[in-house]
Amino acid sequence: MSDEDVSKKNTKLAKKLLLVAVAMFGFGYALVPIYDVLCEWKWIERDRPDDIKKVPEVAYKVDMSREITIEFMTTLNESTPMEFRSEKKQLIVHPGEYHTVNYYAENKTDKVMVARAIASFSPAVISSYFEKIQCFCFDEQTFKPREAKVMPMRFTINPELPEQYKTITLSYTFFDITEKSVKK
Amino acid sequence: MSAVIAEHDDHHADEHHDHGPAKGLLRWIITTNHKDIGTLYLLFALAMFFVGGSMAMVIRAELFEPGLQFVDPMFFNSMTTMHALVMVFGAVMPAFVGLANWQIPLMIGAKDMALPRMNNMSFWLLVAGVLLLASTLFMETGAPSAGWTFYPPLVLQPITVGTALPFAVFAVHLLGISSIMGAINIIATIFNMRAPSMKMMDMPLFVWTWLITAFLLIAVMPVFAGAVTMLLTDKFFHTSFFNAAGGGDPVLYQHIFWFFGHPEVYIMILPTFGVASTIIPVFARKPLFGYASMVWATGSIAFFSFIVWAHHMFTVGMPMAGELYFMYATMIIAVPTGVKVFNWTATMWKGAMTFETPMLFSIAFVVLFTMGGLTGLMMAIAPVDFQYHDTYFIVAHFHYTLVPASIFILMAAGYFWLPKWTGHMYNEKIGQLHFWLSAISVNILFFPQHFLGLAGMPRRIPDYAVQFADWNMISSIGGFIFGASQLLFLYIVIDTIKGGTGEKVTDEVWEDASKHSLEWTLPSPVPYHTWETPPMLVPTEHVLDSH
Amino acid sequence: MNKIKKLFAGVSLMALGQEAAQADYTLNLMKGVTKVSNDIYDLHMLILWICVFIGIGVFGTMFYSIYHHRKSKGHEAAQFHENTTVEIIWTIIPTLILIGMAIPATKTMLELADVQKSDMTIQITGKQWYWDYKYLDNDIHFESHLDEASEKAHRIKGANLNAVANYLLAVDKPLVIPVKKKIRFVLTSSDVIHSWWVPDLGWKKDANPGFINEAWTSVDKAGVYRGQCTELCGRDHGFMPIVVVALEQPDYDAWVKKTSEQQKQKPDLSDQHHEQLISHGESVYLKNCVGCHQIDGAGVAGLIPAITASPKVTGAIDPLIGFLQAGTSKMPAFSKLKDNELAEVITYIRNDLGNKVGDDIQPNKITPVYEDD
Repeated sequence: MSDEDVSKKNTKLAKKLLLVAVAMFGFGYALVPIYDVLCEWKWIERDRPDDIKKVPEVAYKVDMSREITIEFMTTLNESTPMEFRSEKKQLIVHPGEYHTVNYYAENKTDKVMVARAIASFSPAVISSYFEKIQCFCFDEQTFKPREAKVMPMRFTINPELPEQYKTITLSYTFFDITEKSVKK
Repeated sequence: MSAVIAEHDDHHADEHHDHGPAKGLLRWIITTNHKDIGTLYLLFALAMFFVGGSMAMVIRAELFEPGLQFVDPMFFNSMTTMHALVMVFGAVMPAFVGLANWQIPLMIGAKDMALPRMNNMSFWLLVAGVLLLASTLFMETGAPSAGWTFYPPLVLQPITVGTALPFAVFAVHLLGISSIMGAINIIATIFNMRAPSMKMMDMPLFVWTWLITAFLLIAVMPVFAGAVTMLLTDKFFHTSFFNAAGGGDPVLYQHIFWFFGHPEVYIMILPTFGVASTIIPVFARKPLFGYASMVWATGSIAFFSFIVWAHHMFTVGMPMAGELYFMYATMIIAVPTGVKVFNWTATMWKGAMTFETPMLFSIAFVVLFTMGGLTGLMMAIAPVDFQYHDTYFIVAHFHYTLVPASIFILMAAGYFWLPKWTGHMYNEKIGQLHFWLSAISVNILFFPQHFLGLAGMPRRIPDYAVQFADWNMISSIGGFIFGASQLLFLYIVIDTIKGGTGEKVTDEVWEDASKHSLEWTLPSPVPYHTWETPPMLVPTEHVLDSH
Repeated sequence: MNKIKKLFAGVSLMALGQEAAQADYTLNLMKGVTKVSNDIYDLHMLILWICVFIGIGVFGTMFYSIYHHRKSKGHEAAQFHENTTVEIIWTIIPTLILIGMAIPATKTMLELADVQKSDMTIQITGKQWYWDYKYLDNDIHFESHLDEASEKAHRIKGANLNAVANYLLAVDKPLVIPVKKKIRFVLTSSDVIHSWWVPDLGWKKDANPGFINEAWTSVDKAGVYRGQCTELCGRDHGFMPIVVVALEQPDYDAWVKKTSEQQKQKPDLSDQHHEQLISHGESVYLKNCVGCHQIDGAGVAGLIPAITASPKVTGAIDPLIGFLQAGTSKMPAFSKLKDNELAEVITYIRNDLGNKVGDDIQPNKITPVYEDD
């Protein structure tokens, strides 16, 4: 094989390998939707905006034999100057019953504030059985200076929830996104 | 058994060429000669080894006693971050690329690397990347301090990262492009430039391990580049890959990072295996035991490295199925790694061993790497890792698999091939002194860190509770001795280049080395141009069982 | 020199198997005080002994060979280079050992994950750089900071650390739990990722912002158990310890009662002397401000502004109060501080840390920025 042939072969191979490298760069980005799919399958414990479906109210047969303790957890990210709490810390429900829990949020500053609440469940598998009819999560909430809001969350627990789950936690974290939404 | 020495006409090589090396400094800037570029890589890596090493000295000095002595916690965090980045991307990886540049063409009978101009470019991109990274050290807000893993949201926090983030990200891009180009070159060289008489299963193991490493590089460096690009857009362009407020997830970053990070670990260790498998048979005067199983073990370790990444994140809150899967998959890696260690031991068994410095470093590698591997096996057990994770036990583990493994083998490679490259013998007495000082102090440095981790000392802290004081002090003393000992290596390298002991080395340098690999059939020092005509026959000592 | 002497004394003590100066120091993993931590310890010992056994086998063979198969002893090199039987054996035996390991490991893993049927839940929130505990069953809620003695000692060069009790491992308010109850923890973070680890409980778990993780414990023995944050979380990552105090049930009930009452008390807003304001103010400063603005108020060049000689600090009072309560995109809001705490810390920063305004801010001077319910 002449030097020229080898050199052509080399260039060809290099181009192919470069293509692989570029494809792998894309693969890095593809991991993002792959991760979402895995989340949907509950391989990874977290929720996504579209995971929190607001479903219409249906009549489940209430399972009076089971009691489920729901804990409501609230967190403010980055010490956002807000007041944020749920009216109840805990609630004992029967699967299939409908309940409404009010959340109270208040802007404690003299400026307009845009915030968004992110929900998370523990154990994560719960999110497919925890059906929200009304909810404020993932919505952009604009607070006027010193404005206080009462935000209701209406939900039920699908009676198909596996037996072993007796205590579940629903967490909301409020993120101050004023800066981001202004810049957008 | 008899090695067949290839015919070569390299003594006349220069006559065929109308040019030798260019004169002066320009030679090194424009060179496309694989030996020159190999030398550049190796010298650059050596320099970075000392830069990264001085950062380690700062860390160990601060940890010498409890209380904050010398540095601010933020600078301490910058030091741990930069120490890791400089050592990984500036020292270990370039050193192996340098070895590949020098050795692969010599070992496979090629006259140069496949893409010589790209070869030059990939070296200078490496320099640019490291300089860009180092420039952050001189910024008012300091170098990156969120760990070399760059976990968000910490790495995106204004009070943590200051102005360094975009520089660090672009540095990673440059380093990534440089390594990918280097990897492409190595693959093309191995596939297309081999002497016609050398089949794949005739290649020395160093060539095999580098071939597999190069594929790993091409597969994962772009993923890392993607991950840091996402950090950059999250920070400056309002994307929300890792920001929970926008529907992202910081844990996603960790998955992407370790999808790169775990193969990266093997990128640093597979060529190490290759060099060890090259050196040990020469000094045992025996063929390598289980050549084919070595190749298969290397391949399967590389394959497994893609499917075990989340064992770096057992405590992050994965579902049970994930925890168990990553635990089992990780445990399996112990099998091919074990095969390698057993093969090296069997190669030594019933040999006629001599213990020159390269062999000493290689034996220390087998012993100490095995210790690092065994603690690795302990950490694979997910529930126990809940205790080990992010403690000094982990620090001890990965330093055992990097310092007395990769670094020791790089030293061994230096002692092994320097006489060939320069035509001069190094000073064996100082070499042995360097070995014993290094081998003892590296254990004083890292072994106590196992105790510290088990006793509850977290990693990446600048100050600690007083009950950890004794072992930290011992570890620091070991660190200072280890650091100082490496100056001997620097001396030996310079001394050998300048003429060494003055003893004229033979063409094969080490007894019967030419039975093992092609480079020992060339004259010493190796001429500027080699294998203008490919060798007709290749030594087969190392590949006996594949035939 | 003295240090070195002490070091060797310590090492020889340890070598003799006697207890060293710090009683709770071990070379090995702690057994811990829960069933799970004991199971983990057993697993650790099992795998450790397996590794030691493998190590002895491999290194023994190697060193035998190094000693006997030397050229200097005239040993002739054998030329074997493969042996399929041996290679199969050393592939299969490790595989069997690994399967043997995987079974108990899986059992413990499943046990660790079973958080259901708990008796109570505690929310743990990691913050830069302290922990925030909320008892979801009884509304007890408090922050747990590095204690003042350690906070000062680690920031002052040459401080006598041995004089500080449990240096870097003590907090102002520990997490209090009852023994022999299954306690469920829900972990999250309000800024960056932290990780909550108490070795005696046997596990650590990451606290991720926006998401929750769960874990549980059931402590067998009353006592004080210490741990630290184990995920790099910025400048003061090394200074956010965890202390868990496990109490017998009656003691725990008493603690709950007392703490709930204290929490309901209105803060004392009466006037204070200058010295009181300064010394209380220093405490508030050490908990809330020192992490960024530093012990001398100098801040950090390029990242965090100095308090010393800052016109914002030494200027008009009302904007300063508003600034502290509302925060900025760079500085967190401190609306959590009570009026008296605000008055104290404002007096402190105006009259210490190199500032000398010479005024006392009393709690009743704090403008009510919002009405608490």
